Amino acid sequence: MEIDIKKPILDRNERLAAENRSRFDENGVYVLDLMASPGAGKTSTILATIEALRDRYNIAVIEGDIASDVDAQKISAQGIPAVQINTGGACHLESDMIQRAIDTLDLAELDLIIVENVGNLVCPTEFYLGEDAKVMILSVPEGHDKPYKYPNIFALAEAVILNKYDTVSMFDFNEDEFRAVVKSLNPHAPVFAVSATKGEGVEAWTDWLSGRIEDARAQATRA
Amino acid sequence: MHEMGIVQSILSASVEAAEKEGATKINEIRISVGDLTEIVEFALQFAFEALSPGTIAEGGTLTVNHVGASARCADCSTEFEHGRFEVQCPQCGSIATIPLTGRELTIDAIDIDEDESPDEESANPE
Repeated sequence: MEIDIKKPILDRNERLAAENRSRFDENGVYVLDLMASPGAGKTSTILATIEALRDRYNIAVIEGDIASDVDAQKISAQGIPAVQINTGGACHLESDMIQRAIDTLDLAELDLIIVENVGNLVCPTEFYLGEDAKVMILSVPEGHDKPYKYPNIFALAEAVILNKYDTVSMFDFNEDEFRAVVKSLNPHAPVFAVSATKGEGVEAWTDWLSGRIEDARAQATRA
Repeated sequence: MHEMGIVQSILSASVEAAEKEGATKINEIRISVGDLTEIVEFALQFAFEALSPGTIAEGGTLTVNHVGASARCADCSTEFEHGRFEVQCPQCGSIATIPLTGRELTIDAIDIDEDESPDEESANPE
């Protein structure tokens, strides 16, 4: 006998993500899911973003890593609430992990949560966490051809940060080709050339981000 | 390697639905996977072989229906199929396109053996 199911495979993840989403909405919190390879500079980019926006917004960070809390420590050292999630081997974050993390945060006090996903260009793309936007970081040394190899992450990101841009002359990085292939995958996503540790290019990125936060607020007020 | 978790979700939803119908065995689980997802069928099948033993889906098959990517142009309403790298409208060149298919990740149906109850069988001929 055949039974129709017609159900998303990731039904449970989607359901919990929707619960996260409504908690973010109730508290007016904008949530960013930041994805990149290990070593692309996710934590440095978060630190630079905090530096630029901390006077304007109350920020918290959720750190996803297989193990350790070295990243959360770096964030906490800046006086910013940080929750470390150790996935214990899992290659991406799922919405139930976010749910447990936000239980420890005072959402009513926050404007922006930055989620640092596990360093991986494949798995995080399939899992909605309840975020407002996914943003991906590629660092120059990884090469301009990454979007050919990992198209999905570039296609789903609402913005792409090209980090370690200060090293572009040292690598055989074809920036025109990189921008063209990102555009073919994702015509709407802006590409921000940034050197997170030097602060260069950070302003254009944080202007875009605060624009998105303000848009989300304006929309919430209208609703 | 997120296929393991995906197959775990497929199995638990299928077993739950099958048991609700009083099934003793799942012969087939049919799923749809969009071409724009990064799900590898080989890894799905491998995970299914590893995870299904000991469940009522043991010995059953996992059938994957691959769904191509398509979109509708927001400007000229043309609907078109496309690959990963060409989401632009082939008709008017617009980049404002609305995705239609390609990101599916759904359990469509399962085929089960019910508990031996010949009466019910004859009352509900397939």
